[in-house]
Amino acid sequence: MKQLIQLARADIGESLRARWFLVYTLVFGGIMVGLFISGLTESRVMGFTGLSRILVTYLQVTMAILPIFMLITTVRSVVGEREAGVFEYILALPVSIGAWFWGKLMGRFVVVFLPVIGALLLAVVWGLFKGVSIPWFQISIYSGLLASLAWCFLGIGMLVSTLSRSTDVAQGAAFMIWLVLLLFLDLILLGVLISDGLPAEMAIGISLVNPLQSFRTAAMLLFDPQLVLLGPAAYVILDNFGRNGYLAWAMIYPLFIGLLCAGAGFWGFKRGDYS
Amino acid sequence: MIRFEQLTKTFRRNTVLDGIDLNIERGDRIALVGSNGAGKTTLIRCLLGEYTHGGTILVDGKAPRTHRCEVLRRIGFVPQLPPPLKMTVGQLVNFSAELCGSEPERMNRIAEELGLPVQDFRRRPFVKLSGGEKQKLLIAIALGRDVDLLVMDEPAANLDPRARQVFFGFLAERQADISMIISSHRLDEVAALVNRVVELDRGRITLNDHVDDRVDMAAMLSCQLEVNRADDAFAKAIGAWNFEMVNGGLKWRGRVAGPDRLRFLGTLSRYAALLRGIEMKEGDNEAVQ
Repeated sequence: MKQLIQLARADIGESLRARWFLVYTLVFGGIMVGLFISGLTESRVMGFTGLSRILVTYLQVTMAILPIFMLITTVRSVVGEREAGVFEYILALPVSIGAWFWGKLMGRFVVVFLPVIGALLLAVVWGLFKGVSIPWFQISIYSGLLASLAWCFLGIGMLVSTLSRSTDVAQGAAFMIWLVLLLFLDLILLGVLISDGLPAEMAIGISLVNPLQSFRTAAMLLFDPQLVLLGPAAYVILDNFGRNGYLAWAMIYPLFIGLLCAGAGFWGFKRGDYS
Repeated sequence: MIRFEQLTKTFRRNTVLDGIDLNIERGDRIALVGSNGAGKTTLIRCLLGEYTHGGTILVDGKAPRTHRCEVLRRIGFVPQLPPPLKMTVGQLVNFSAELCGSEPERMNRIAEELGLPVQDFRRRPFVKLSGGEKQKLLIAIALGRDVDLLVMDEPAANLDPRARQVFFGFLAERQADISMIISSHRLDEVAALVNRVVELDRGRITLNDHVDDRVDMAAMLSCQLEVNRADDAFAKAIGAWNFEMVNGGLKWRGRVAGPDRLRFLGTLSRYAALLRGIEMKEGDNEAVQ
């Protein structure tokens, strides 16, 4: 455990000094500041007002940016450090592979989740400052959904990174995964498939297994119980799951996927050559 | 202490190590030599538990792959190419000391003796240090802990002569207690440091021999050179060895660490036509000041 904490701390330190982290933080901070500047707290769009409006916009942007950012930065970690010769040295120190791998994962999670949650907290502070009502319940569930989504793509990223032989291959694979998940969102390919006569069960199945879709549906559900903004599959899913059931699914399922992928990555890494 | 039995390593279809059998006893100081692609780095990485392999490697009866921490706690490693770590010098020292169960002050002291004032560099990212500074720090980390085996890949290649002297002094202090594997492309670079030579060629051992190790690693040679004429290129080369000019550049005086004698003569060989006389005398044992 002590080693795991040491390695998580070391990875946090390495990430904080990396350029990608600066860009990443600026993107999320920038989005929030942009939303404040554009006066969204006072605007009313499709029935959303005040802080809810900001958060709805933020979740849409987050869904587009967070997974690809997580994937691109994480897939570089194992394969990039292997290529650069970091492992030859670090893994020659008396450190267990488990502590190293999971410490790295924990450190990376803290680093990628902090700017996202930080931007969300910024919105809350802004809301308090402007005197608007704060939807505390939605914000706490939403934070959990964000953490779950971040963990999911972190796990996928670590798996891709451990399996790839070069950074280029890893980045290509990460981009493909993101693109496929994006295409199978309710409103894009899935809508087309349904209109072309895809069986409802299959559409629902695809919606359920796509962590991007589950995040999107659950996040929108928090702010829009009627789901007027969502596509057709979400209605069917909600009819079967119910609100709380779906929120639980959207929170637990991506965590499970992330853990499964990270576990597979660890197993693969442990069995192979480290450097 | 260390036993390699029928060690093989294959990358896809390329066999890099092909049935290595080797025993290393305590006190052995081995020069692991061979050309590029001979398998030196692969052998080292197998020993460090970083590669899967065929055959057996045992360090006091324990396999590095399955008993990583126990085995690696006893091995100090200096890589040929420093890793591009972004952590600061201070953090790297603390991190390594914590993992290895050593004291950061011990590593800092060695770094300072090698000519790297850690306090001045504490906040500087490791990756921003010069090649020589990185090498000094990695050597300090490897030597600043209790180990039974030092594995070093071209350890002194980037060091200045003064740091090399100090480094040889540290090795001399510990040579009775520990084993060393020093990897190099060229035997003359490390010949004076070792008592055994193992040469690899295309994954096989082609030479495994004991060598005369009467060279005192802490010894110093007083040296005087005479040249036909003052020459800028020669002055620069010999200045790097901290020699001082006498008689307007026609005579030079300085000291060379005992294990560095071949390397020094290699430098002089480039100016053979310029040299009128060379005098090297052993006996001045104030090697590490």
